[in-house]
Amino acid sequence: MKTLARRLAAIALAATAITSFATQALAHRQWLLPSQTTFSGQDNWVTVDAAVSNDLFYFEHQPGNITNVKAWAPDGTEVPLENAAKGRFRNTFDVHLLQKGTYRIGSATTSVNGTYDLNGKTERLPRGTTKDNLAAAIPAGATNVQTAESSNRNEIYVSVGEPTTTLFKPTGQGLELVPVTHPNDLVAGEAATFQFLLDGKPAKDVKVTVIPGGIRYRDQLNQIDAKTGADGKVIVTWPTPGMYWINVSTGGGREGGPGGPGGPGGPAAAGPGAATPPAPPRAPAGPPQRRASYITTVEVLAP
Amino acid sequence: MHLAQRPTTARLAFTAVTIGAAGALATPAAAQTVDLTVTIPRLSVAEYHKPYVAVWVEPAGGSARTLAVWYDFDMRNGEGTKWLRDIRQWWRASGRSMRFPADGVTGATRAPGPQQISFTAGRGPLGALTPGQYTLVVEAAREVGGRELVRVPFSWPPKPGQTLRASGSSELGAISLTFRR
Repeated sequence: MKTLARRLAAIALAATAITSFATQALAHRQWLLPSQTTFSGQDNWVTVDAAVSNDLFYFEHQPGNITNVKAWAPDGTEVPLENAAKGRFRNTFDVHLLQKGTYRIGSATTSVNGTYDLNGKTERLPRGTTKDNLAAAIPAGATNVQTAESSNRNEIYVSVGEPTTTLFKPTGQGLELVPVTHPNDLVAGEAATFQFLLDGKPAKDVKVTVIPGGIRYRDQLNQIDAKTGADGKVIVTWPTPGMYWINVSTGGGREGGPGGPGGPGGPAAAGPGAATPPAPPRAPAGPPQRRASYITTVEVLAP
Repeated sequence: MHLAQRPTTARLAFTAVTIGAAGALATPAAAQTVDLTVTIPRLSVAEYHKPYVAVWVEPAGGSARTLAVWYDFDMRNGEGTKWLRDIRQWWRASGRSMRFPADGVTGATRAPGPQQISFTAGRGPLGALTPGQYTLVVEAAREVGGRELVRVPFSWPPKPGQTLRASGSSELGAISLTFRR
């Protein structure tokens, strides 16, 4: 009943949201879910599901876009996604794990949001605008051009043998995770410390949302809300074993909002309005803001 | 290309060095011996597989030292190591930083009943222990079954002839630790 009500509410919201580009994917969460994160042995495979949904981790809304998803072996080489398949509700693929150490699997995209004035009207930059095609996206004669970047990262980690940190060198682009506690070394009842960087510097006062999977079989969301300190660090104590969804976002202050999962320019912007033609731009409330989001799924083992 | 990372010769060299270092430590004339009995319970289940078992010693505040791992070590291509992670506390404490097979540590899975294994101080996987508090840990994980962990605290040096007992309740039975010279 509750789920039905929520779904109806989502549909109603989706209908009204068509005029508002920013809220198309309201409340939908995007995720990558690995079959497991801790491996022993020498020749392993991980299978990963990519989806966008309300409840974690259930396939009930849209497959996650894996166009930009890549996988890296512990030595930094890129390894292929294999056996990729698209379903109605999920994309799935495998990664062959032949090295020892920590693999990273995920996507990092940066898009440009913005507005310009042309012929007395304020126009919004089209979806899919990036730094590379920005010049082409602005027509001749446009004035008052205002732009800001939106960086969205959605990635997971799996380890064969001892977890390693070779893949955690920050790129300085968007929100990134620094493993004070390694994301493949999490145990229920213990506290883990993660540091987040925004464009290479500690991401201060950034909202961190942690939600355990299995939502369908309980009444409470059991969401953990935290904020990073001045050093960009956040401490999370895991109440139970299981898979957890973590979302860190600088934008909007709302999960699923701009810069958040499924937000504009996000790699999985496949919200209910995705198939509808672009909505007429609304008048901007102010200059566009630099936004960034980070999503990961971590596995917490039983002690 | 990644396969180049696991040459057999390198693994053998690694374990040989480890044993060499342990063997070089002074062994007393009458070495302290630790006799461990681990009872694997007989279970009435439709599909039974002998459990994977790890035995290790944790010094108070120190890092774990693996004494024995019983698993399907003789499967083709080392496939039996795939489930070592299911002995999950041991995997985190020690296993994940080891190479397999590990000389003097790797052993075959054992059948239900009391299983005995002895260790000598100053030699082999037990090595030399400095005086202090320790915990011997036995963890068992069974394919299509459960997992259990039993801890037996002891002090070193032990009292001569001392026997310490503990017991599991599902995947492990009686466990005893006897010290003799």
